Amino acid sequence: MSNGRFILLACLVGVALVVASLFVTNEYYVFAAYFVLQYVVLATAWNILGGYVGYVNFGTTAFLAIGLYSAAALNKWLDLPIPVLIPIAGVLCGAVGLAMGYLTIRLRGVYFTIATLALSVVVQTFITNWDYVGGSRGIYIMRPTDVPVFGSYVAYLFFLMTVLAVAAVVIARVIERSTFGFGLAAIRDDETAAAASGVPVLRLKLVAAAISGALMGMAGAPLPFYLTYVEPTSSFSLAYTVNSVAMPLVGGTTSWLGPVIGAVLLGTMQQAMTVLISSSVNLLVVGVLLVIFVIAAPNGILGLIRSLGGKKVDPETNPLAAMLMTEKRSSQ
Amino acid sequence: MGQYAGLLLDSIVSGVLVGGFYAAMAVGISIAFGMLGISNIAHPALILLGSFIAYVLNSQFGWDPILVGVLATVPFYFLGTLLYTAYEFAFERRGTQLIRGLAFFFGLLFITEVGLQLIFGVDYRLVEAAYIGPSYNIGPVSLPVRMLIPFLASVLLLIGLQIFFARTFTGRAIMAVAQDKFALQLMGAAPVRIKRIAFGLSTATAAMAGAFLIILQPVEPSMGRDYIGRIFAICVLGGIGSLPGTFIAAVIVGVAESITATFYGPSWSPAIAFGFLLIALVVRPAGLFGRA
Repeated sequence: MSNGRFILLACLVGVALVVASLFVTNEYYVFAAYFVLQYVVLATAWNILGGYVGYVNFGTTAFLAIGLYSAAALNKWLDLPIPVLIPIAGVLCGAVGLAMGYLTIRLRGVYFTIATLALSVVVQTFITNWDYVGGSRGIYIMRPTDVPVFGSYVAYLFFLMTVLAVAAVVIARVIERSTFGFGLAAIRDDETAAAASGVPVLRLKLVAAAISGALMGMAGAPLPFYLTYVEPTSSFSLAYTVNSVAMPLVGGTTSWLGPVIGAVLLGTMQQAMTVLISSSVNLLVVGVLLVIFVIAAPNGILGLIRSLGGKKVDPETNPLAAMLMTEKRSSQ
Repeated sequence: MGQYAGLLLDSIVSGVLVGGFYAAMAVGISIAFGMLGISNIAHPALILLGSFIAYVLNSQFGWDPILVGVLATVPFYFLGTLLYTAYEFAFERRGTQLIRGLAFFFGLLFITEVGLQLIFGVDYRLVEAAYIGPSYNIGPVSLPVRMLIPFLASVLLLIGLQIFFARTFTGRAIMAVAQDKFALQLMGAAPVRIKRIAFGLSTATAAMAGAFLIILQPVEPSMGRDYIGRIFAICVLGGIGSLPGTFIAAVIVGVAESITATFYGPSWSPAIAFGFLLIALVVRPAGLFGRA
């Protein structure tokens, strides 16, 4: 499928989602769907650096919070509307992502990951001490009273997040099918060999880091209006980082589709469990699923599907798929 | 001016005492990450597990928390060997990507944290002991006993480990496996078994550190995340795999944080460790005493 057709298809899906949200009478479903789409954006953004390039970013909360608090601060200062706040957050977080990308000059592997953890805590410290946005007391956000087209503000937010999700998925897919994406894959497999073969390693990493950061920031910008009250502890919740790592890993990291699958499955599951059981249990299940998948199905659900569809399964690299294949054969 | 100097001296001494505690927290990562190359970011969650075990046995049976910490090292050692067995089977044997090993421990961290939350809730828990409360005063310096005892115990722990690594065959084998595991095989030691022992030791230190943590301050399940970067910062700053380096780096971080908290406010001190970490990572990845 060409990029043009894919973009058209993605837009059609987006339009369908938005139209559907207008007919839903129970606003909670739109609320929950926003949550799922938010993670589609975060997981896809994470995967651009973590899956495509192989640099594991555990600092999702830093970018999300920069997007979130820049939106809150600008809204308080200039009363700017969300459609303006989103690209501004994207630019800010793109710049931070670029700076993070420069870390890769000196830091590889686990050192990069540790540095992203450090970035997350440093950002949290600054925000905790930033009185303009309430510091550790938090800040309340007033939603505008007039929503011209949409019946409710939540539906409006859902529309915005749908646009972001479509954009993120399209960006990931375009990257994947481009020479840029092939360069990223080369870096992931062997950075030194890629550099020796003429791949402009640093430039590619910087662009990937900037895109990844920008998308995360844009996902964070509508969040204060969704939550209406934000404070540092919950804004930097470990759940954001765990989810943005778990979803690509569960779904599969080598394709744009993996993070989407992971986000929809895990996101929906979490919303269901939050309502039916408790919020803590749903987080526990995410952690358990992450560990199980990373051990038993290293290539995620996509990897499982491909393995089952193919003729040969290597038990060493994908024991769960091999097991399923064995059962499949014995049942025939 | 005299008052200012007294305050500075007091904060430095406090920093040193906290640094000793940080060293006890970081030594497990120094072993796992520095010597074995295993990025165990779940270590702080295991430390909190140690804290809550100390809390339960102290509140239910009145046991001394340090005693609990010492006794808990045995089951924690075996927990560590189990974790390493799973890790080795799933990741090291296949030579899989870094991302999955990290995600494995990240998932463990999350499971432990949420599990503790489900059991104990999000309230702060603390222990009671005779030495929590009193403090000695020497001029402008105060020495809270609840900080002094963990400091001394941490020093003993690190000295004990250093002697083990320097003087015993198993300890030397652990140091050797960090350098070249194939050469170690030629010397007649099994790398996997050596690594399992080392990882067990690493996890055992979490029990002690957990007991120290709850003596120093009340704990709640999500505190572990605050210590992840701090611990790795100390480990990297001190030089990968160097126990003396870990201790000195821990004291440096402790003093820096203490001075920051005293003169600028405690809410700024978390940035100090991470500032150090970023600077250390970029400027001198091998750390102060690194062997690289």
